Amino acid sequence: MPVKVFMEALSPTMEEGRVVKWHRHAGDSVRAGETLAEIETDKAIMELVARADGVLTNVSAAEGTTVPVGREIAAIAVPGEEPGSPSSPPPSPPAPSLPVDRAAAPSEAVRSPAPAPERSPQPLSTEAPPGARARVRASPLARRIAQEAGVDLKVVSGSGPGGRVVRRDLDKAREAPLSPPPPSRPVTLGAGALPATPAPLAPEGGYEDVPLTQMRKVIVQRLAASLGPIPHFFLTVEVDMERAMEARAALNARRTPEDRVSVNDIVLKATAAALTRHRACNAWFVGDHIRYWRDVHLGMAVAVEDGLITPVIRHADRKSLAEIGNEAKALAERARARRLQPAEYTGATFSVSNLGMFDIDQFGAVINPPEAGILAVGSVLAKPAVVDGQVVPRQRLRTTLSCDHRVIDGASGAAFLKTLKEMLENPLAML
Amino acid sequence: MANSFDVIVVGGGPAGYVAAIRAAQLGLATAVVERDKLGGVCVNIGCIPTKALLASASLVMAVRDAAEFGVTAEGVKTDYRVAMTRSRRVSEQNSKGVEFLMKKNKITVVKGTGVLLPGRRVQVGSDIYEARRGVVLATGSRVKGLPQAGLALNGTTVLSSDEALFLDHAPPSLAIIGAGAVGMEFADIFNAFGTRVTIIEALPRVLPLEDAESSEALTRSYRKRKIEIVTGATVSRTVVETASVTLDVTPTGGTPRTVEAAAVLVATGRAPNSDGLPEAGVELTDRGFVKVNQYLETTAPGVYAIGDVAGPPMLAHKGSREGINAVERIAGLEPHPIRYDNVPNVTYCSPEVASIGLTEAQAKERGLAYSVGRFPFSANGRARTSGETEGFVKVIRDTKYGEIVGAHIVGSRASELIHELVVARENEYTVEEVELAIHAHPTLSEAVAEAALDSLGRVIHL
Repeated sequence: MPVKVFMEALSPTMEEGRVVKWHRHAGDSVRAGETLAEIETDKAIMELVARADGVLTNVSAAEGTTVPVGREIAAIAVPGEEPGSPSSPPPSPPAPSLPVDRAAAPSEAVRSPAPAPERSPQPLSTEAPPGARARVRASPLARRIAQEAGVDLKVVSGSGPGGRVVRRDLDKAREAPLSPPPPSRPVTLGAGALPATPAPLAPEGGYEDVPLTQMRKVIVQRLAASLGPIPHFFLTVEVDMERAMEARAALNARRTPEDRVSVNDIVLKATAAALTRHRACNAWFVGDHIRYWRDVHLGMAVAVEDGLITPVIRHADRKSLAEIGNEAKALAERARARRLQPAEYTGATFSVSNLGMFDIDQFGAVINPPEAGILAVGSVLAKPAVVDGQVVPRQRLRTTLSCDHRVIDGASGAAFLKTLKEMLENPLAML
Repeated sequence: MANSFDVIVVGGGPAGYVAAIRAAQLGLATAVVERDKLGGVCVNIGCIPTKALLASASLVMAVRDAAEFGVTAEGVKTDYRVAMTRSRRVSEQNSKGVEFLMKKNKITVVKGTGVLLPGRRVQVGSDIYEARRGVVLATGSRVKGLPQAGLALNGTTVLSSDEALFLDHAPPSLAIIGAGAVGMEFADIFNAFGTRVTIIEALPRVLPLEDAESSEALTRSYRKRKIEIVTGATVSRTVVETASVTLDVTPTGGTPRTVEAAAVLVATGRAPNSDGLPEAGVELTDRGFVKVNQYLETTAPGVYAIGDVAGPPMLAHKGSREGINAVERIAGLEPHPIRYDNVPNVTYCSPEVASIGLTEAQAKERGLAYSVGRFPFSANGRARTSGETEGFVKVIRDTKYGEIVGAHIVGSRASELIHELVVARENEYTVEEVELAIHAHPTLSEAVAEAALDSLGRVIHL
């Protein structure tokens, strides 16, 4: 029997994937672990790797086509077999070698009626802080490898003492598919099941139809899920950045151009520090409960071609200004190159969006659920301000906190902003 | 039936007797067949008596350096016979200890040479014993000479470790062929008792399986003690006489020379005790070890092999672990697979050499991205208090994941210190976890933490 090649779930929220490019073509011999194709998921371009040695056959998804997760897109004929023989018997569900956690997932979903739980960003289990529901037993080395490879440890079954996930298990997980395609999927999501919408009448004139990219679809989904059901309210404060800008200039005078501290780095650092004192803002709304996080994992909205993504600076509260700056820069670069791993853009506890570089004075950002707040940062501008009874020009910054009122009340949001303002106005207090 | 057991273990060494105890713990009726003393080579003519002699050697050296510590010992004399007698007593006690453990666990000890018969049966003398669940071969290994080089063991001038352990005096001079653990330990012992020692090794350095830095440190230390070391050497001619041996030795690229000694100790490795096994359906490898799969099963159904006879590394602790695993499998459990890449190596000479995992050369060969952390005992407070400043801790850290790829320790307590890193590796702790653990001050163990820190570029006391 040839080994089937399925469209795999390459990100936690992926439901379908677009074949960007086949690296191997029908008739090529492939080895397990080799990249077969690049797949555009809702978040990034990921590699689909071969799960067996053999000859690639039956390539049924052309480059550019979008295929639901679980659909067979090719096969690998094991040497000695007739290549090209259609692996036709309808895909009987492969014997589930599912780890127990996975099997238990549905019942858990029943117990906690969280809205669309599979769409909430799941924090990487390796980072699960104390109190998180599912603690995964894994060796420190396995955690590091999983984080690097973007593997969710919850779906890996452990063979170490007491079911601990060890390096060996991750090596194995990369050889074999993590999860067999759910049998029901092709039926509900197959192309044939898509409703045939009549094409709307087009008005005269030039236009261009641009199909939604995977990322745009997720943005649509998530933003509608946000402003609709989430009771937003907004709090704006103006911060005097005179001293922060002085401190930044002094710091940068001693740094190479690559290591320069940006205003955004300073805001991120101050936000992380302020969040540790205002847990109401460092929280998730999760259906029937509010989850207050002990650690600060700071999301940072990054504009990329055709969309945006929010990579996460983990444990931002424990990092120095320089560490945050370097990490922010690296994450932004990887985001623009669309090379972020799922672990790098899920699990934020609070987010910051900065449009200062576009000369936006002030704006309100849309909350990224289940997070309860997001900080919108405008540009630093010289403005007249009253200091000691005199009107003088000062560097000023306007920033707006969007709050989910189910979690953050007016006073608690204001208290957070007050701390943030104090920190930015007294930058030494942050260090 | 009196001659029927669940498990029959052939060989009562550290692999076999541990297997038997584990079998008994699991409620299996167990017998051990042993032709000599319980405890095997390890207890009787290996690990244990050599460590007793090394303790004497280390005391000799400590007394010689005692004046510096404010202790004057005048007229110090050494008597190898007394040291040897003490080592025998220690072995005797340990063997008795194993006998006690057999009784305590209600294990039947059958005295005699076991012969494996087809169908999970073992013949001892004229009796035939039957194993209902499994036979475990733990027959061990034996010394071998170098007959191909004209050095067949003769018990007087051409010795193996077996005879060297029973000498009643330290010979005036000794040539040792083979600079592995056995050769290096005997060099240490006899040097301390006044023997002029020459070590001859075919490979380019002593302890060739250890990290090159460990070999180098040990070479320096031995040369300081006037132990002669000839590496990369081939023995081209041997003349064995009744009271002396003459060897023509050619080091690679060097000038040929003649080594004369009162005796030569052949320490070039051991041969597995696997005679007669193929007749019972147990296949051997081309090097004469029993062929086993990952579950330690041989090609004969229901027959397992553990310890030296099952292949290298020929180490007591590796054999013991195999004994536990084989028996648990026989009992229907699913033991953890043995991580053969995590078996510590220790040479108990002075300074001791211990290691786990890959050497730096192996890490390089595998194309790993790594960083090396080092910490010398000369910078460790505790080592200075006891004057044990020789050696170092070296940690090789994979730069991608922080994995402890390998660790190498040379120093007076290396054999004990290495286990922190063995535990770390077994549990897949990274270098960062080792460093995070607080190490008591002042201890030699601090050097381990410092080496870990050094591999991260954050060493404190250097």
